[in-house]
Order: sequence, then C-alpha cells, then structure tokens
Amino acid sequence: MLNVVNSATVNSKILPPNPSSKLPNVWQSNVWQSTVQAHLDDAEEPQAWLEINLDEQLHFTEHLLLITNRRLVYFGSDGTISGGRNTLLREYIYRSGLKLRQHDHAGIYSLELFDGESRLDHWRYTLTSDTSSTRFIKQFEQQCASYVSGKPVPMEATEPCPKCRYPLTAEQDECPQCSSETDTPPSTWTLFRLWRFAKPYQWQLLAGFLLMLASTAATLVPPYLTIPLMDKVLIPYQNGVPIDTGLVTLLLGGLLGSALLAWGLGWSKTYILALVSERIGADLRTITYDHLLKLSLEYFGGKRTGDLMARIGSESDRICVFLSLHLLDFATDVLMIIMTAAILVSINPELALVTLLPLPFIAWMIHIVRDKLRTGFEKIDRVWSEVSNVLADTIPGIRVVKAFAQEARESTRFREANQHNLAVNDRINKIWSLFSPSVTLLTEIGLLLVWAFGIWQISKNEISVGILTAFLAYISRFYTRLDSMSRIVSVTQKAASGAKRIFDILDHVSSVPEPSNPVHLDKVSGKIEIRSAGFRYGNRTVIKNLNLTIAPGEMIGLVGHSGSGKSTLVNLMCRFYDVSTGAISLDGVNIRSLPISEYRRNIGLVLQEPFLFFGSIAENIAYGKPDATRAEIIEAARAAHAHEFILRLPHGYDSLVGERGHGLSGGERQRISIARALLIDPRILILDEATASVDTETEKEIQKALDNLVHGRTTIAIAHRLSTLHKANSLVVMDRGQIVEVGSHDELMASEGAYYRLYQAQARNVDTDLDDVVSNDAVANKQTSA
Amino acid sequence: MNTIKSAIDFSLARNSAGQLQFTSGDGLIYEDVNPVRAFPISAPDEGISLISKEGHELAWIPDLAALPAAIKALISAVLAQREFMPVILRIIQVSSFATPSTWDVETDKGNTQLTLKAEDQIWRLKNNRLLITDKNGVNFTINSIEQLDRHSRKLLDRFL
Repeated sequence: MLNVVNSATVNSKILPPNPSSKLPNVWQSNVWQSTVQAHLDDAEEPQAWLEINLDEQLHFTEHLLLITNRRLVYFGSDGTISGGRNTLLREYIYRSGLKLRQHDHAGIYSLELFDGESRLDHWRYTLTSDTSSTRFIKQFEQQCASYVSGKPVPMEATEPCPKCRYPLTAEQDECPQCSSETDTPPSTWTLFRLWRFAKPYQWQLLAGFLLMLASTAATLVPPYLTIPLMDKVLIPYQNGVPIDTGLVTLLLGGLLGSALLAWGLGWSKTYILALVSERIGADLRTITYDHLLKLSLEYFGGKRTGDLMARIGSESDRICVFLSLHLLDFATDVLMIIMTAAILVSINPELALVTLLPLPFIAWMIHIVRDKLRTGFEKIDRVWSEVSNVLADTIPGIRVVKAFAQEARESTRFREANQHNLAVNDRINKIWSLFSPSVTLLTEIGLLLVWAFGIWQISKNEISVGILTAFLAYISRFYTRLDSMSRIVSVTQKAASGAKRIFDILDHVSSVPEPSNPVHLDKVSGKIEIRSAGFRYGNRTVIKNLNLTIAPGEMIGLVGHSGSGKSTLVNLMCRFYDVSTGAISLDGVNIRSLPISEYRRNIGLVLQEPFLFFGSIAENIAYGKPDATRAEIIEAARAAHAHEFILRLPHGYDSLVGERGHGLSGGERQRISIARALLIDPRILILDEATASVDTETEKEIQKALDNLVHGRTTIAIAHRLSTLHKANSLVVMDRGQIVEVGSHDELMASEGAYYRLYQAQARNVDTDLDDVVSNDAVANKQTSA
Repeated sequence: MNTIKSAIDFSLARNSAGQLQFTSGDGLIYEDVNPVRAFPISAPDEGISLISKEGHELAWIPDLAALPAAIKALISAVLAQREFMPVILRIIQVSSFATPSTWDVETDKGNTQLTLKAEDQIWRLKNNRLLITDKNGVNFTINSIEQLDRHSRKLLDRFL
C-alpha cells in the first residue's frame, strides 16, 4: 500500500489558506499551513508533526513529517523548486506492521520507518525542538494501531501540545518543549536595560539631574562677568578713566559667589548620583548572583568559574563606575556645551558659529573611533576572562600541578594568556592613542580660528575686546571638556559589553523552572516513580526510556560502570536537571509541579567529594537547617560518627574549616557531610559513591554512619564496591543509560547475569569493566517497570 | 561508640598523678580523662565531653551548671589550666600595617606581644567578637570591638 505521489501533479492543487480550517490554531502562522491543508482529506486531522531539517545528503532543508489519523505524510521540496515547501513527497497509509524507530549519533537523529524487518523510508534531522520525536513515535503507534483496529485513540487527560503531544497545563499556551529559546544578538542599547535597576531610584536621579543643571549653569557665570570687567573697567582705565571700585567689587563678588555656588551644587550633585549609582551596582550584583544561584546545574556545567566570577564581580563594578563617574561627567559636559553654545549665540552669532565649527569634526572622529574600538573592547574582555580562567583552573588544582611538576607549564599557560591579553590591548591602543592628541590638535586649531576671527571682528568694531575674552574663556573650558568627553567612547563600550555579559546571565532562563501552579506535599512518604525517563546532555543521550519504582523506605543500589548514567539518574532525581522525556514523581506527584526548594528539602545528598564551606564545623553541619540547636547538631554528629573526632580538634565544633575543608581528612569531611544530611532528616537519601574516596578502615566507620542514616528512608545508593550495598533491598544494574537488571543480590546471583559477572570479577579482585560484562549479556534488554 | 551516660552517672576524682580519674556507673575506672568543650568559643559552658586517653567519649555533660559542685569544680580547674585564650583589652602599638605585624597588646593576662601572620588570621565571630591567632598558634580574643578604646580601634581597623 505504499503510495508515492508524483509531486508535479500535486503542485497545482495548492489552495488558499482557509480560515475555518480544522487545523489547530498554531498552524495559522505556520509556513506549512497551505501545503498541509491542500493535501489533507476532509476527514483527515493532523495529529502530530516533526520538522525534518536534513535531506538524504545531509544538506539543510525544511521538510515536514505529519501524522494524521489515516497516514504518515512527508512534505517537502523535491529539489526542482528551491525553497519549495509545497510538495507531498511520500505518504504511508497505516497498516499493521509499520514501525518507527529512532536513534541518534552526534546530534544527528534518524527516524526509520519499518514494515516488519524491511526499511521503507528514513529521515534525518538535527534536534532543534528538544525531544518531540519520542512522543511523535508514540503518537504514530497510537494512530496506526487505531486505524488498523478501528478503535479510537485513547484520550489524554490534559490537552497536549498539538505538535509534539507534550502534556500542557491549563496556563501553558505555548509548549515548553517546542518553543525554543530565541537567541537574540546583543543590542548596542544594552545599557538602557539598566533602567530596570535604576527605576527604584528615579527621584534621586531626577534631583541629581536638576542639581547638575544648576551647577553647570553656575560654572558658566564667571566667563560672562569678564565682559563688563574688560569693557567697563580695564579698557576704560587704559584710556585714562579711573577704576570704578564699586563696580569692581560687585563683579569680583559675583565671580566669588558663582564659584561658591558651583562648588556647593557640584558637590551635592556628585554625592547624590554616586550614591545612587553605587546602589544600582549593588542591586545588579545581588540580583545577578541570586539569578545565577537559581539556574540549573546544566548552566554551571557549561561555564567556567573564573568567567562567572568576573561577570558578577568586576563587570558590575565597571558598570557602577561608568554610571557614577563617566556618564555623570559626560552628561555634565553635554549640558555645558549646550548652555555655552546658547550663551555664545546670544552674545554674537557670527563668532559663535566660528567657535562651534570644529565641534562636528570632533563628533565625527568620535564616531569613527567608536566603531573601531567596539570589537576591540569585547575582545579584551574575553581575553581577560581567559587570564582569570587559567588562575581559577590552576589554583584549586595546585596539588596536581605540583605532583606532576608542571609549574613551568602552568606558568607558560598563564604567560601565553597574558601575552594574548597584551597583543589585543596593543592593537586597540594603537587606535586609541591617536585619539587624544587629535582632539587636542583640533582644540588648538579651534582656538586659533576664534583668535583670528575675533581680531578681525574687533578691527571692524563689530565686537568689543571683552566679548572676545569671554569667548576665549568659554571655549577653552569647552574644548578641554571635549577632550575628556572623548573618553566616554571607550568607557561606554566597556560598560555596554559588561552589561551585555551580565544580562547574558539574567536572560538565561533556568532549564529547571519553578512550577507555575505549585503542588504542596504535606507529608512525604518517599515513593519515587520514574516513568520512561530520557535525558540528553548536549547531543549525547545519557538516559533512555528508564522505568523504576522505589517504594517508601526502600534502599536501592545503583550499580554499573562509570558513564552508565547512574550519577545522571541521581541528578535527575534531585532535579538538578529536568528529564527530557518522561517524568519522575514523588508520592505520585510529578516533581516538576513541586516547588524546587520544597522538593529538595526532602532530599539528603552525600557526595563522593564532600564540599565544606568556609566556617565552623557546627555551621557546616547545620548548613541545611541554619536554626538547628547545638543539641541537634551534636546528635547528628554522633549519628554520623563524627562527634569524637570533632572533639579532638582544638576548637571542637567551633573549629573553622577552610575552603573545601582543608585540614580535615577525606573520611572526616565525609562524616561531616553525612551529619549535614542527617540533620535535615530527609525522606529521601542519595548516596553518590559516598565511600569511594576513603580507605577501607574509614569506609567501615562511614558505613556505620550511613547505616544510621539509611534507616527508614528511601535511599538510592551508588557504589562501585558492591560489598557496600549489602543492605540494599534491591539492586539496579545500569548500562548505557538503561536498566539491564533488577533484583536482590541473591536473585541476581542466581540468574547469573551482568551483576553475577560483576560480582565475580570483584570477588576475584580482577579489574573487569562492567561494559564487557554487560555487552555479552543475553538478558540485556530486560527492563523493569512497576 | 560508647553509650553516653547521663550527667550524674559517674564520679570524678584526681589521681596521684594529678590527672582526672573517671569512674563510670558500672564501676569501670579510666585514668587520664580529659574534659573537652564542644563549643569553646560560641558557647563555652554548654556541652562538655569527657574523653578517655584513647580519644573515646566517656560522658557527655550538656550543661556544666547542672553538675554537682564538686565535679564541676574539678572540671573547671582542669579546663582553666589548659585553656589559654587571652582577651585583648588594648592594642598599644603595631609594628606595621602590612602583615606580618607585631602588636604590643594589653590582655587580661598581662602585657604581651603577638605576631599576626596575615589578615585572615583574624576571624570575625558573632556579636562583634574577634579571634586572633598569632604566629605560634596562640588564640587571642577581642570580646567586643566597641569596648576597645579609640586608639586600639583605629589600629585594629587597619587590619579588618
């Protein structure tokens, strides 16, 4: 029943878009609307679709795979029309035996249509809209089965996304899986987005601006007073008229008064605006840091510590300095230029014109340099974080560096980064250094022009000497300001690129979003269900279609070689990441609909490398419950077998542990972290290789502590050493993101599968990779579901 | 782990060597027992543990004040002998504002000198208290910055 429709004949059947169409609303703006409509029968309804963006030769195209209630249709261009989206290429009417299979490699997905064992068709695409294909396949199977059997497709409880069948909640108009985040390029107007942070201080800002106006006006009074001083006092005196003491006193008094006024106003304006900008900077830092803390682990995985530190620390400071200093100066300067120009024109328009002539040239120069410097400063920023990244890499890893005697190599690495920094700076300085002298030169030429034109006008008796003096006094101020104004070019660029990098963080939406309609669990019993969970990391599928149910209070041991997805599964359970497909639920509630912090409060996590914060031991134990009493802290420490060694420390529980717990052994740190987990009394406990990094003796001690911890809690323990899992109710053997075996130790030993071989290997103390064990395992496809 | 006896379930005495001798409720005798404060800085009188020579906890005393007077006196005496944490009352002079810096200080134990290796050897505790560890590991405290005189505060401020 394979029908390949000749595209040439269908081309003519394009119908205009029909507003009363049966297509879902999302199709209204879809480029495929008219094509799809033209090829569907009246009784046919599109059920799901998938955009195929590669053709057989792996060139990028735009094709569409559509599931209706009758058939699978493949739309696209046959190559005769470039960019054509109007051809029905192939169609497959449903019949029994049709099957879609999907697999991926290095970011390219392929979808294959099988009839029994023979392949009918295949499509390849990159995954632009995350994981819609899994649901697409499911939809295909449902529709196909329904068409063959004649039974209707089972109804879904909530209205799903029409495209990918992702269940949508009532508030969601847009499917979170389909609508990808749009990556807009950074705009040069990024700095204006800072207004969001400035808004709370708008009245102070207004006051500062008014003060700025007043103080600028006050500074412009003294040159104006030179006109009467020159024309009414000095020149008449040279011509034999005695000095009018009263007038001189008045004028000098005016000079002093305006100077004092300018001083007072200038001080208050600078103070108010500096105060405000410092607060804006602080808000910016806090908000950015708060936002950063809320982002998922996925974000931190892709970013380097040094870079993030630079963004929050120095970039926000740079913006702050820009606002309080440079922008303020610039605004004052602009005001001064405008006011000066107005005064000059009112005194003598012709001379004013000559005076202001060099201004456009300078503005034009600024513009030219601005363009050249823009890319340069962004490059400097990147190079600068490269330098700090080297430091952030090396200093924490200093033991490795020293152990391998690689100080010289690290030094070279730093020097190279520094050299790069130097080279980039050199390049930009070449342009930059030309800038100031050129402005000075133009200033001198401008002064020369005014002198020449002024003398000529005086000779014609058009202006007085006093006016020329006033003009010269005005413009010498004016031009010196132009010089400093030119600095605004670089600082604006720097601040804008800093702002862009900060807004990069702020604009990043957490891939682990807070639920819009949170569900609250009063009492958590600790039942965890994982339903057909899938997870992709970058373009690698780490977890595939995983099903697991853990009863309340049960202990599960996760076993498998490294890279089998154990830690990822744990990260998914902690909701450090969200599953790409499927769902994880706690007590029957999807963990996505629980408020994140409320959910995590139920989880105690003990990691392989315990992380201690700078502070006292008591503070570290009480990290998850800062208001814990001393008695509670001691109780937790006792249960974690940490009490006695803590008492041996010089300051007991008040002993300060440095960054990452220097001064404590690995086992001691681990027991503190177990006490930390115990103190919050979690319903769910996750032990991620908790005893992997300590010696056997310490392990016993920790194991005792863990046994206290595990009691009565739902526990998921990852361990390489199978002997540490003797308490587990059941063991889950994982391989390549899938569960290959589940059962108790005895059952698994009896079935002589992957676990049996792994156990034998460890018992013989042979270093066998589980990978080898699993791959020749006959029951590799055995999967568990509840 | 040893089971923790309630506070009155034991007796203490000084043996001939001047060490503490611990007799547990079931009659076991331990020599050379050490009292240890769990929170020597934040809550010195809350939570004291009696530790055997081998480093195991023999008894836990939640509150020193609740003990019989004789035992309390014994423990306090041993603790007082061992604990040395002079309280700085006045900073007379510092050799330089860059570390390492030698301070002439007046403490509740008399005048002395301390050498501060780096600024991070000054730890801020709660309620404006400071803990200063000198080059030799001796801990000095400043109970409250406000209670220092102006001169000392000015000197101290350069290091905070």
